[in-house]
Amino acid sequence: MLRIRNLRGFYGNLQALKGVSLHVEKGEIVTLIGANGSGKSTLLNSISGIVSSKKGEILFEGKDITDFPPQRIVKEGISLVPEGRQLFSSLSVMDNLLLGAYQRFSIKKKAEIEGDLERVFRIFPVLKERKKQIAGTLSGGEQQMLAIARSLMSRPKLLLLDEPSMGLAPKIVQEIFEVILTLRKEGTTIFLVEQNAQKALEIADRGYVIETGKIVFEGVSEELLGNKEIIRAYLGKGYKKKIWEK
Amino acid sequence: MSFESLQFEKFSRDRLEQLQLERLQATLNRAYRSVAFYQKAFDEMGIIPEDIDSLSKLSKLPFTSRQTLVDNYPYGMFAVPLREVVRLHCTTGPKGQPIVIGYTKNDIDHWAQISARVLKAAGVEKEDVVQICLDYGLFGEGLGFHYGAELIGASVIPGSDGDPKRQLLIMRDYRSTILLSNPSFALKLLAAMKESKIGLASLQLRGIIFTGEPFSEETRVRVEEELQVKVINSYSPLELPGPKVATECEKRCGLHIFEDQFIPEIVNPQTGEVLPPGEEGELVITTVAKEAFPLIRYRTGDLTSLDFSPCECGRNLIRMQNPKGRTDDMIVVNGVGFFPAQIRQILVQIEGAEPNFRLIIDREGTQDVVELMVEVSESIFFDEMKKFHELKENIEEAIHQTLGINVRVKLVEKRSLSTAEKPVIDKRFK
Repeated sequence: MLRIRNLRGFYGNLQALKGVSLHVEKGEIVTLIGANGSGKSTLLNSISGIVSSKKGEILFEGKDITDFPPQRIVKEGISLVPEGRQLFSSLSVMDNLLLGAYQRFSIKKKAEIEGDLERVFRIFPVLKERKKQIAGTLSGGEQQMLAIARSLMSRPKLLLLDEPSMGLAPKIVQEIFEVILTLRKEGTTIFLVEQNAQKALEIADRGYVIETGKIVFEGVSEELLGNKEIIRAYLGKGYKKKIWEK
Repeated sequence: MSFESLQFEKFSRDRLEQLQLERLQATLNRAYRSVAFYQKAFDEMGIIPEDIDSLSKLSKLPFTSRQTLVDNYPYGMFAVPLREVVRLHCTTGPKGQPIVIGYTKNDIDHWAQISARVLKAAGVEKEDVVQICLDYGLFGEGLGFHYGAELIGASVIPGSDGDPKRQLLIMRDYRSTILLSNPSFALKLLAAMKESKIGLASLQLRGIIFTGEPFSEETRVRVEEELQVKVINSYSPLELPGPKVATECEKRCGLHIFEDQFIPEIVNPQTGEVLPPGEEGELVITTVAKEAFPLIRYRTGDLTSLDFSPCECGRNLIRMQNPKGRTDDMIVVNGVGFFPAQIRQILVQIEGAEPNFRLIIDREGTQDVVELMVEVSESIFFDEMKKFHELKENIEEAIHQTLGINVRVKLVEKRSLSTAEKPVIDKRFK
């Protein structure tokens, strides 16, 4: 579904991605894990067209979308749930959701959009209860749910999630991850970027590990969870003393 | 342990190449970061891993060889700290120097999966009783297949590679259906059958997987006829412990390379230049899924060619021909590989023996036999018979101890062997 080859992404003179290749198949949950500043968000922003300074190849369903502008990429069926939610915090929950459907907004599509609203309210009942509330007054977990719901309003085939667990209590994180599993069951393919590697690998089919802009490991989640280097670096089980270095 | 790697065999070329590129790049990033040898070799050529943006650019990278592994002994080629290594196997270099190879937990899992794929290709099912007559020791080939057979769920007999007569009894009594062995061990079993009068009727054997050494088609035909079984061949670089690189399928038209794990290239053995598809040359492999011991452009020394056409079995993996020969002078006798230079090394250490020798290898019945003609210094030659015999036994013992092969030593006068002739005469396969 998504196929990336040799992606190089730049922030000014800084090269944040150094030839990244990866792929996501239809129906998969694939995760990208890595430390702060390793290039995770740059990768998602490159896929969704927000980072325009890039080289390489991004194919979506066989189509080269590397140089497409963000709005075109949303139309193709890729939607990003950005890091830190990026809600329109002074607008209501409902308005945020409707803005998610902006690119296909027309009178004719009213019924369709209402159907989609029903769907997101079914997945996130709490948003229905609070649809008139101002987004900025929601709790962190609710805001994250709203951000995901807003993305779903564009009917994505591929949903890109940037650190959905950030700053949330473990119980809420659990809820968010359960929603991700539900979405996959309903046919959405997921590419999940996370610092919470343990959680991400628990729900993902496959994963990639990124380090200073380079992929250093790839494999099925089970394999990555069995890799001691990954455990030490990303799963927080630090070794207290060096036993024997080569 | 899951068995997900089986799916790769049916991947389209396009999908497989995407996987290979991703895995190659991750391997290069890790090797460059963690192995001083690769970092230095890449730096000297002015290459960074990022430059390899397609599979064809692999040819820009430097080669490695058995000598590289010797030079970086013991842990120089390891890409992970030792605490992440769960297994060590060892082998020898071109002159008998030691080589050690490490495996992480995931490497061992991959090894098991690849072994299981070899067994699957040979038609092994969980109902089978698999007798593994391979080394379970330092080289560990038996262990690899052991895990693979268990992954399939077969009943496994860790027979190891000793005493063919006993193995034959086990084969009869435990009703083994599949045998894993070196071709030479299978021939020993045939001999043991004749000797012990255990008839074919009392055996349940239906398939054999050959590994470990080159063999002639005649050997295959003979084993198949005498045991009424199907023989499937598998391949990995000689004397390199670890997973198989390729296996035959039931169609037996070349060996499918496990391309999700290894990227093959064929190069001109003299110039190192990559040859066009289909041409014969030296097989070079790059591992793309190894964690502890990544090998980049490893020169196998085996001469073969690649076949890109689809196989009737449905696997989309490239096939290689059964290697036709070697680029170096390695000799394989009864499944044990060694180099002539090693014999020289042994001889110089024995008093009375001269380092000039001639090795004559032939086949007697089922066994390779090796005659070693050794020149002796004059002082010994004309001395008493007892000393003469002692020297002969000393040499035989020393060679058995060091190389693990049995030779018949024949002592000859000094300067009686012409140095102009080749030191090795191989009369087998002729």
